[in-house]
Amino acid sequence: MSKVMASLREAIIASGLKDGMCISFHHHLRSGDYVLNMVLAEIAKMGIKDLTVNASSIHDGHAPLIEHMKNGVVTGLETNYIGPVVGQAISEGVLKKPVIFRTHGGRPSALENGTAKIDVAFIAAPTSDTMGNCTGKIGKSACGSLGYAFVDAECADKSIVITDNLVPYPLCNYSISEDNIDYVVAVDAIGNPEGIVSGTTRMPKDPIALKIAETAAKAIEASGLLKQGFSFQTGAGGASLAVASFLKDIMVEQKIKGSFALGGITGYIVDMLDEGYIDSIQDVQCFDLKAVESIRNNPKHQEITATHYASPTAKSSVADSLDVAVLGATQIDTKFNVNVHTDSKGYIIGGSGGHTDIADCAKLTVIVAPLSRARMPIVVDKVLTVSTPGSSVDLLVTQYGIAVNPLRQDIKEKLVQAGLNVKEIQELKEISDQINGKPAQVQRKKEKVVAKVLNRDDSLLDEIYAV
Amino acid sequence: MYPADSIHLNKNGKIKKEELAKMKIIKAAIAGTVESSDVMISVMPGEGKVDIDLNSKVGMYYQDEILKVMKEVLQELDVPSVKIKAVDKGALDCTVRARLKTAIKRAAGEAK
Amino acid sequence: MRRTMLFLPGNNPNMIMNGGLLGSDSIIFDLEDAVAPDQKDAARELVKSALQTLNFGKCEIIVRINALDTPYWEDDLEEMLPLKPDVIMPTKVSGAEYMAKLVAKMDEVEKKNGIPVGSTKIIPLLETTLGIENAYAIGTSTKRMAALYLGAEDLTADLRCQRTKEGKEIAYARGRLVCAARAAGIEAYDTPFTDVEDLEGLEKDARLAKGLGYTGKAVISPRHVSCVNKVFSPSAKEIAYAQEVFEAIRYAKEQGKGAISLRGKMIDAPIAQRAKIVLDAAAEIGGLLNE
Repeated sequence: MSKVMASLREAIIASGLKDGMCISFHHHLRSGDYVLNMVLAEIAKMGIKDLTVNASSIHDGHAPLIEHMKNGVVTGLETNYIGPVVGQAISEGVLKKPVIFRTHGGRPSALENGTAKIDVAFIAAPTSDTMGNCTGKIGKSACGSLGYAFVDAECADKSIVITDNLVPYPLCNYSISEDNIDYVVAVDAIGNPEGIVSGTTRMPKDPIALKIAETAAKAIEASGLLKQGFSFQTGAGGASLAVASFLKDIMVEQKIKGSFALGGITGYIVDMLDEGYIDSIQDVQCFDLKAVESIRNNPKHQEITATHYASPTAKSSVADSLDVAVLGATQIDTKFNVNVHTDSKGYIIGGSGGHTDIADCAKLTVIVAPLSRARMPIVVDKVLTVSTPGSSVDLLVTQYGIAVNPLRQDIKEKLVQAGLNVKEIQELKEISDQINGKPAQVQRKKEKVVAKVLNRDDSLLDEIYAV
Repeated sequence: MYPADSIHLNKNGKIKKEELAKMKIIKAAIAGTVESSDVMISVMPGEGKVDIDLNSKVGMYYQDEILKVMKEVLQELDVPSVKIKAVDKGALDCTVRARLKTAIKRAAGEAK
Repeated sequence: MRRTMLFLPGNNPNMIMNGGLLGSDSIIFDLEDAVAPDQKDAARELVKSALQTLNFGKCEIIVRINALDTPYWEDDLEEMLPLKPDVIMPTKVSGAEYMAKLVAKMDEVEKKNGIPVGSTKIIPLLETTLGIENAYAIGTSTKRMAALYLGAEDLTADLRCQRTKEGKEIAYARGRLVCAARAAGIEAYDTPFTDVEDLEGLEKDARLAKGLGYTGKAVISPRHVSCVNKVFSPSAKEIAYAQEVFEAIRYAKEQGKGAISLRGKMIDAPIAQRAKIVLDAAAEIGGLLNE
């Protein structure tokens, strides 16, 4: 028996896809993804239209989506992140219906409780057998963890696996199992390996980013959370990743071993596991070759589903056990609200991803950011878009000092006692104004809503307007 | 913002005002780069007035401020007629001042 | 205290505006090698503007000027001295004659601008064989002299040998410079380590310089600052010993003893002076850390 269809078109026909339905994709192939474009091109050729796309993320490589939106093939979008290329089109009003932004934890939660619905899920898989047992850990287009795709297979009415490495049945060591898969399609290539994972992740060289990272590590140490069994999540680059390096130095000094690292995983975190500084990695997404290799070979490097990662309605998620999160921000305001959706002009350039979930759950949430980027202020009176509410954010670390959320007087005392440079967030804003000059007030027009930003529980957090 | 010779001086003295005759722009000149935090300023002979074309990455916040700083420099150097084209990548006021002064001195044939 | 002197290219706004945040004790605004000949005017203007407007915290301000055999050095002084930098760093300094010419110009410019004549210090860059040979004469040529500074890159060209990380080829020059500096009663600064990525090599090189008696070291990358600061900061052991020395001196004074000894070793004036330097530095660093 085999679920293998002769072509993508046959699989789409067999799935019963009709006008007005909802299709889904995961983003584990990142900027190297061919599948979303491939599927939509076929769907457009078939004359199907008025579809809603529910994708865990939309990247710049998905630019053809803009044409499909203009032509009415795609009329709705639900996602956790949109890169600047497609983001600009959305901000300029290419869609009539507002985009629904969720979080990496909120998406599976909404699908599981029926608030969001997928008719046909397209699951790109680097390796699959003929019945749909598939994995991201092996294959020429290996991407490592398939964390975000599990819920698609489980909740969609029909699931189609698309692979460029079809193997005989049964695939052992699968991630997503056949019991949720309807059809399998083999293609030449599901993606470009160079866009799927980067070669090696390098520590940033920018001295300001490194200074910020070192200060953040000292703040984490002073908080008292950096002890045996410590757990953390950092970003994949910049100051956020560099914090891991400085934390490691402290852990070496104090002979501390961490219990786990969480999140999007890079080779640097893998090194920490291999060298014995942490006991395990909980991986929802791999960013580079080293991470893919490690998840393949090391049982202590575990693949986790998005639900397990951060769903607010799971009985418990890994995020619930997280000690420290180190995250970035496009903007942060004097109430500690963080914007990761739009740039200062109001164009969509990103999305929450896991930001809101992790900030909500971690015992200590640290935002690392320079005070300004080439005269562009990061600390503002009011953020353009609230991606993560200020109540979830504990510290802002900049090169001019650390601001502590007034809700955390306990942390503030510890930082002051440790001799760290603690300032009020208002002071940081004033320093920025002094160096850069006071920025003029920008008037925004609030006419057309192009996106709704939903919190983890699907309640409305903010709205994004057309530019 | 703050006038040029005020509390931001980290050394105690005031800067002696340059005594210059009216600066006449005799040729085109450029100063600065398009690197982040810099501004590339092109200066050309004017048509009897001050004409500034400013394209700034942070224009929505600082367009007026940058123009103000440029006009202050033109007054300080006593330049009544000039055509300026500036491409700004987030230069601070002090950088704008320096780049404009350099471009003007070069355009007036004074640069060394 | 000058554990580190960080070079900032004089025509680079991005580096200049962050100069005070990078943790070095001194910053060197470079108008010489880091600036192309056709941009010398732009660099002067930019550094001037920055010194007038920006806040560099507790960093000592040094300006590296062009050599006397260029058409730039006089304008460098005319434009920069009125901004009252702490130190001027002349390059390719060859001997007492060179210094005399430089000091005469500095006297003139300071006087013209109402600045107390002699207030701007000098740290010359000794990077030629002649400069090294004349180190003592240079070190004693003017009251403005704060220290001698070794430049190995150009020196090895003059020596006609390869510059290596191990540094055997500059061993004589290193020894001569620090010796001349101490004989002249001034400080000595070591040449920068040029491999930005090799932090292990940097530490080795810095420790070698410290072992020879150098006060500090120039650095060409912000990433080198932390390591070099650490090497040239007194260690806990050194501080503890210095405290013991002071305690021994105090005790001997109390007891009315003429000769002071600590664990069987005689404490004479040089040892007492070394101890004071260590404790002063420790206090200053402690003050810096509490910023």
